[in-house]
Amino acid sequence: MIGIEHYVVVSAILFVLGVLGIFLNRKNIIVILMAIELILLSVNINLVAFSAFLGDLTGQIFAMFVLTVAAGEAAIGLAILVIYFRGRGTIAVDDVNRMKG
Amino acid sequence: MDYGYSLYLTGPEVFLSVSGLVLTLVAAWGGRNSGRLCTILAVVALVGASVITGSLMLSDASVQGAEAFGGLYRMDTFGSFAKLLIYLASIGCLMITPRFFASGDEYRPEYPLLMVFGAVGMGMMVSAVDLMTLYIGLELSSLSSYVLASFTRSDDRSAEAGLKYFVLGALASGILLYGMSLVYGFSGSTGYGAIRAAFDGTLGTGALFGVIFVLAGLAFKISAVPFHMWTPDVYEGAPTPVTTFFATAPKVAAIAMTARIALEAFGNQASAWQQIVIFAALASIVVGALGAIGQSNVKRLLAYSSINNVGFILIGLAAATEAGASAMLVYLAIYVAMSLGSFVAVLMMRDADGNQVEAIADMAGLSRTNPMLALCLAAMMLSLAGIPPLFGFWGKFVVFQAAVQADLVILAAIGIAASVIGAFYYLKIVKIMYFDEPANVVTGKSDAAHWAVLVGSTLVVSPLGYLLTKPLGMVADRAAQALFFMV
Repeated sequence: MIGIEHYVVVSAILFVLGVLGIFLNRKNIIVILMAIELILLSVNINLVAFSAFLGDLTGQIFAMFVLTVAAGEAAIGLAILVIYFRGRGTIAVDDVNRMKG
Repeated sequence: MDYGYSLYLTGPEVFLSVSGLVLTLVAAWGGRNSGRLCTILAVVALVGASVITGSLMLSDASVQGAEAFGGLYRMDTFGSFAKLLIYLASIGCLMITPRFFASGDEYRPEYPLLMVFGAVGMGMMVSAVDLMTLYIGLELSSLSSYVLASFTRSDDRSAEAGLKYFVLGALASGILLYGMSLVYGFSGSTGYGAIRAAFDGTLGTGALFGVIFVLAGLAFKISAVPFHMWTPDVYEGAPTPVTTFFATAPKVAAIAMTARIALEAFGNQASAWQQIVIFAALASIVVGALGAIGQSNVKRLLAYSSINNVGFILIGLAAATEAGASAMLVYLAIYVAMSLGSFVAVLMMRDADGNQVEAIADMAGLSRTNPMLALCLAAMMLSLAGIPPLFGFWGKFVVFQAAVQADLVILAAIGIAASVIGAFYYLKIVKIMYFDEPANVVTGKSDAAHWAVLVGSTLVVSPLGYLLTKPLGMVADRAAQALFFMV
């Protein structure tokens, strides 16, 4: 029988993968955007699982909001990335270093 | 639930949202050159929203608070106080912007629009009493901020600032959201009141994780140490008026939101989060003070200064008392005046070609080439350092007083010691401006609007500001009462 714990564990694993994806990734920024989506996905799994477990609809409504905002966030992230690429001609993480200190 | 009454309570947000939509149409019709017109209209909209907020603040329901839309949103003195600060800061930032983008084609009407929508989101953040409203407000303001940070498309640094802000901001939202999902799961509700009732007594591991994740996400947003690394880069790279905006309005909103969630939703768990807040406060004060010392770019230096100030504000929150919350709001109000003033002063430093001067070395001898600007900037620096005749001292005083009253004597003592370290780099700037040989770099002309904002904020931080202590203290006390009314 799959219980609430299984969902929470899966979501925790996804969350950790997402955070590691942001910090360990040295290649390119698109991967970071994917990692952010992974984090939001793990949150949604949590919300929906808790919602079903508690028999309370709030969590599912929350998940809908998260989905919508995630779409907007991805759009803005890609737009900023395009501007950045136009100026610098690269999207490698190691090259994002004009400012230091 | 009375729908009309809910709309009345959410008046400032409704008004600003509608104004934002109208402005979108104006921008669409006016095209690229309507930037100035949109700015004026946006200022009018923000003034209107401030008036509505003020009238709601004076209404009877204000102290005990009134809930709108079935407990998603609460109108009370605390929220209104924070909103007034946010609107005032946004108005200041809008006033200084058009002349900054003097070339004309860079200043597009999107700029005031994004600020108005950002202000709507910030208003939602400070009035939210439900995790869902909080999240929507936070994202609305963050998404506007990401775009504003990368607004100067032709400048590499601006795009990089936007990119860094976006990645770390999105990570922070993710952490916050994960915390919220755990809090929802373990309390069974997203409303602050229900969470408060559910989180009574000892917390289980899951719920504790939720609280910690929420606080970590919020620490990112207020740029408290250890989640401060984005601040110097974003403040340096973003166009200066945008940096001014970041240092004032979103900071007020994020701090007020943190206070509300800590004191209302997690109010029964003060002992659990107090240690985290104390750590973040001390670490911010120390890192802010030490990090600023080696900087050669004045915007970077001010970024560390804002990290340092967040530490002092968090001391007020760490007290977890009504006096602490009130002290925090007083500090926040003074901080807005100080950072508005210092960033405007930085904005006004231009060389003969009209380019921005950001290197601290180029400010040498400013007192002889531009005495008025040097005087105002010196007043800001001394006030940020907390030197007594200036108003910045009062903010530090009330915060430390609240900490001592709450038996956090050690915290207050370390804070005072670290503010001495901080005084070093503020005084260094004053020394460079007044006692070094003139570098004669800052020769450009400034605009009347810049002078108006600068002189206004200098008057507030000058000893004249002490005339404000009484009314400011009274309003802050009432706001803090409203925050604790639920208890």
